[in-house]
Amino acid sequence: MRVLERLVLAAEKPLKEAIWDCRMCGQCILHSTGLSCPMRCPKNLRNGPCGGVRADGNCEVYADKRCVWVEAWEGSRRLPIFKDHILHLQKPVDWQLQGTSSWINLVSGRDQVAPKGWETHGER
Amino acid sequence: MASASRLAGLLHEGRFVVTAELSSSNSADPEATWRRAEVLRGSVDAINCTDNTGAHVHMASLAAAHLLVEKGLEPVMQLTVRDRNRLALQADLLGAAALGVRNLVLMSGDDVTAGDHPDARRIYDIDSLQLVEVAVAMRDRGTYLSGRKLEQAPSFFIGAVENPFAPPLEFRPLRLQKKVRAGADFIQTQLVFDIPLFARFMAMVTDLGLTEKVFIIPSIGIPRSARGAHFMREKVPGLHVPDELVARLEKTPPARQAEEGIKIAVELVHAVREIPGVAGVHLIGIKWEEGVVQVADAAGLLPRPTLSPLATVGGSR
Repeated sequence: MRVLERLVLAAEKPLKEAIWDCRMCGQCILHSTGLSCPMRCPKNLRNGPCGGVRADGNCEVYADKRCVWVEAWEGSRRLPIFKDHILHLQKPVDWQLQGTSSWINLVSGRDQVAPKGWETHGER
Repeated sequence: MASASRLAGLLHEGRFVVTAELSSSNSADPEATWRRAEVLRGSVDAINCTDNTGAHVHMASLAAAHLLVEKGLEPVMQLTVRDRNRLALQADLLGAAALGVRNLVLMSGDDVTAGDHPDARRIYDIDSLQLVEVAVAMRDRGTYLSGRKLEQAPSFFIGAVENPFAPPLEFRPLRLQKKVRAGADFIQTQLVFDIPLFARFMAMVTDLGLTEKVFIIPSIGIPRSARGAHFMREKVPGLHVPDELVARLEKTPPARQAEEGIKIAVELVHAVREIPGVAGVHLIGIKWEEGVVQVADAAGLLPRPTLSPLATVGGSR
């Protein structure tokens, strides 16, 4: 398993970092965020933009960068499928998965494990 | 346990509510907080205690809220996910409940780079919507996020925020809908200066059926000077201050700018009150509680109603 994980990571990490500036949270929701990685948001917001987005659509924190969630909204409108997944209530990040392979976690179902007190999990 | 939220009771009775923001304190003396809060007594239904507003350090909102409870004033405790992880947030929520705090407003918070400690580590362990659901879990299911049982569940009236004026504008009503699905009972918005844009937002929110499910309370800012309005436009993240408003204050002689600011705020209160689905106003006079009272008076919002003794509503909608 260790070897398999290393091999998968060797493929997944450079690919996703190059294409999406992926932060390897290990619980990928790119298809729900218009292919804009929400972990690039300085506030790590998984459910939508904060109130600080600038009038020009740039980030409150990095004035020269587009808001990750402005990109997510626009990206989600262009998706042929998963368009409405941006409306899903996303569970809290499991920080234990940081740096692990989201592909393996997807196949094993590990990325779908929500805290026991999280009721809307799986709600669409 | 202490009584349920009076703010919730008034909203459920269909009253047009008035809340206000309390200037945050930098004093170890509770009198400083009480002095500012006493100005608001009788003129508003509940008072927001901010959580390190603008990412500047101030007295904890939990402590300020408890100081208000001690004096029989009803607080709304703001709590951001910027400075605390999920353990600290839940600990503060339970502590707040035990200290008599019934109203919450849960939010992301201005980033640390906007404040006086830009070198601080930001937390953002969970997001603002997730914090709403955490508070709901504690109240309705009597558990922490982990699923572990509380001995006694808190009674909360749970608020969230939305900024109708920040991009992506079409997503804002849908994000509000997500917060309602997570369990928000009421929403306080970002400061409203642009009435047509706010009316458009409210129309979209109404079309989604959300005004039937959540009380929406727009914030009204009370500019005290042209300089203040200029500062808000340039320095406060997510604020949309029209040029005409700044120009109107700049044309006014400095000695009369505060008076003009009151006039502007009263006009805004009247304007938002006309918009269907608006359940009240949240008045913000930065370090100017007297301005809040003047606006409430001039806008015909006084005296504040007393809650009908027959009201039997609890903390939740």
